[in-house]
Amino acid sequence: MGIGKTSGEYELIVNGSKFSISDSWLGESLLYVLRERLGLYGSKNACEQGECGSCSVMMDDVLVCSCLVLAANAKGREIRTIESVADGDELSDVQKAFIDTGAIQCGFCTPGLLVTIHDFLDSNPEPDQSEIKEAISGNLCRCTGYGRIVEAVQLVSIRRSKRDS
Amino acid sequence: MSILEEHIASSAGIGISASRPDGKEKARGDFLFSNDLSSEDMLWGQTLRSPYPSAKIKRIDYSRALAMEGVHAILTAGDVPGENIFGLEHPDQPVLAFDVVRYVGEPVAIVAANHPEVAKKAVDAIIVDYEILEPMVDSEEAIYSDPIHPEGNVIRHLVIRHGNPDVVGSIIVEGEYEVGMQDQAFLGTESGIAFPSSDGGVNLHISTQWLHSDRDQVASALNLPNELVRVSLAGVGGAFGGREDVSMHVHLCMLAMHTGRPVKMIYDRNESFLGHVHRHPAKIWFRHHADESGLLINVEAKVILDGGAYASTTSAVLANACCFSVGPYSVPNALIEGWGVRTNNPPCGAMRGFGNVQTCFAAEAQMDKIAKALSIDPVELRLLNALETGDTLITGQEITGTAPISEVLTSLASYPLPEAGTNAILELPGGTGRTTDKSHVKRGIGYAASIKNLMFSEGFDDFSEARCIITDGEVSIQSACVEVGQGFVTLVNQIVEETLGLTEVTLLPVDTSIGSAGSTSASRQTWMSGGAVLKACEAVVDALLSDLASESGISYEKIGLSLISTDGSDSIGIVSALHGRNYDEHVTHRHHPTFPLDRNGQGDAHVSFAFAAHRAVVDVDEELGLVRVVEIATSQDVGRILNPVQAKGQIEGGVAQGLGLALLEELILVDGKIVNANFTDYLLPTAMDTPPIEIAALIEQPEPGAPFGAKGIGEPPVISSTPAIVAAIRDATALELSRVPVKPEDIALTD
Repeated sequence: MGIGKTSGEYELIVNGSKFSISDSWLGESLLYVLRERLGLYGSKNACEQGECGSCSVMMDDVLVCSCLVLAANAKGREIRTIESVADGDELSDVQKAFIDTGAIQCGFCTPGLLVTIHDFLDSNPEPDQSEIKEAISGNLCRCTGYGRIVEAVQLVSIRRSKRDS
Repeated sequence: MSILEEHIASSAGIGISASRPDGKEKARGDFLFSNDLSSEDMLWGQTLRSPYPSAKIKRIDYSRALAMEGVHAILTAGDVPGENIFGLEHPDQPVLAFDVVRYVGEPVAIVAANHPEVAKKAVDAIIVDYEILEPMVDSEEAIYSDPIHPEGNVIRHLVIRHGNPDVVGSIIVEGEYEVGMQDQAFLGTESGIAFPSSDGGVNLHISTQWLHSDRDQVASALNLPNELVRVSLAGVGGAFGGREDVSMHVHLCMLAMHTGRPVKMIYDRNESFLGHVHRHPAKIWFRHHADESGLLINVEAKVILDGGAYASTTSAVLANACCFSVGPYSVPNALIEGWGVRTNNPPCGAMRGFGNVQTCFAAEAQMDKIAKALSIDPVELRLLNALETGDTLITGQEITGTAPISEVLTSLASYPLPEAGTNAILELPGGTGRTTDKSHVKRGIGYAASIKNLMFSEGFDDFSEARCIITDGEVSIQSACVEVGQGFVTLVNQIVEETLGLTEVTLLPVDTSIGSAGSTSASRQTWMSGGAVLKACEAVVDALLSDLASESGISYEKIGLSLISTDGSDSIGIVSALHGRNYDEHVTHRHHPTFPLDRNGQGDAHVSFAFAAHRAVVDVDEELGLVRVVEIATSQDVGRILNPVQAKGQIEGGVAQGLGLALLEELILVDGKIVNANFTDYLLPTAMDTPPIEIAALIEQPEPGAPFGAKGIGEPPVISSTPAIVAAIRDATALELSRVPVKPEDIALTD
């Protein structure tokens, strides 16, 4: 296709399903392939240099910026995207809290933040405010000033501890 | 119970914290932004941009690029079907440069290819021979130097002469200030997709702020009648002024019509910085005169805004910068002279708080200088001079609406201060860098206040259309108002519930099949399009009451709003009354007229005014020049709160952008070229940079003439937060700090 070296065929495991990628340019990022080849548009492309966190996905349970991962290198890894966060129609507790606290405005940073916060709360279920701020400091939001987002994380933490007690 | 909690406690309609109707989709990642649109047979567009700030185009050779496999079209200036010129306020900018380029990033050629990478490679393969010219990059010199554009270098020269500008005060303070070039830096970069249409027209889906302005400019450039250019709103990832101008719109349509296929384009972050206008950098000189009590008696100012190569909204930005240069204070005499200037720097235009932001930073520093000279508390000085209803602005316009500046300032000043900092690493300037020694940290407190005009000024015919359609008891609303994240979609639901009692509302697709709603900017959409939706709903109620009256023989008045019944005995309520009936009410809403400024800058040019004040508390490490903003407290004049959580979100988000301008955000230019056009080097506030934002008070004094009495709330938070932060750093360091953003070297490397 006039683009230079292509990747041949490889397989990606995304949200538990296998996808075959063929005849793609070797330089395609995981973000590009998720969006433009698999139609998973939930991961967002805001800076494409790992500064904004909008493209955050989990790769083998590690939070990564999918813009910085070559898709062909993600072969055989377990990729989980924002599209796997809700359970069917049922939103996750973090998604619900985002709506309840007004943490969503334009919504472009939202998917990346949700992936990040799910990962963060798994490892730190009762964070204080500065821990929350540090955990989300790799995700830029231009609309909210972060106040509602921090409140959403606090709300999830409270709701989870009530549920578990 | 705080004012916010009281509102949260109410149950329905206006005043509650209703949730966003698009919240679920956005949380799931299912909401389609403009860059998420695709079509099976689409091509990818890419733009070749000028690498020079000033050059003649001698030759363009794209033969090799066009021959590349996968490349479908390459178009240049000669391929623009209609007028090769566009502009938001007036056309002065080529769609594609034809004889000269006037800034780094100016579009020269466009490509369509089967893969974005192929399109990029094709752009790289286009050969352009330039004759490089000396750029004019100094806004002050540009006023008097050779024109860089056929229309000259002065886009607007504005003089405001009020009272007797020769009056001399017993206290005189003077200062020169500068504001750097801030960027809107919305997260969703410019993107869209255009589809050629079988009727010879084009359908454009794009993220924008104003569909109809886009439509008109695209139609003119394509030489098509307006009705053949159909613009639809695609999901917008933030805007803040940066999407008010046309960017890729015409390019996409040209490529789609030329290839006969859908064409998609996404700017990457670097191109986004080149592809939209920025906040005008400003040079400002002020001389304030006060009497011995601190009363302002005269203000002199000169304001130069660097508009870059093309006009965009420079004229309106300059008007704001000058009209509100003295801030929310009563000033009997003034001489303000402003220039909006063309240079070979990147074009500048709208950004949240446009114009007011620049002069507020300087004027508030002047107020602190007066307070210091007279040993008066800075809040006391501001209260002494605060405007009230009935007072006159320096433009001669009387404030007829609400002006609770004293309430704003008093409530803010009485809000408790945060506690002293601890030794926790995350609470020290520099944070996890662990470089700060607590013994070097000094705390400072600063105040600032602001005024913002709401909606469009100077005689502009400002209107919004809306339709309320009732079909068998179900309601649909149509409006071309652009949702950019501010929450208009939530407000529509609240207005419908308030007026019709219906909770399930369908908001029809936002496109040019209805008349204009105007721009989502200038804090105007709640008043304008909220007002239009309100009127459309009220028109349905009117029509319903008329029908009920004629059917029952009972008078319209007697049926009334709350006692709708067909036989006059029962109250059946509006929801039941609407059942089985159909209405389609289409209205146009205008605010009261404004007028142009005369040759002395006098006139009733503005509609309404909103006021805010901010108090910043900062910790500064003087040795390393590091600043940590500990807290921002604010009070704001809102007229009436329509949705408390959304109001809070606007305030917190606006303050964060004000903080960005105070400390972090600047596009750095070297010979007209932006050298930090990426998110590694253009520093946006992160969650760690953004402090708790405390709302001391939202002052609710309903604005006469405003729908629900509500004032726009989007812009004030960004205006006085910046000067408050810098005032706090001055308080901590005793430094002059006459330029924003304040950088570490401005603090640490002073003599």
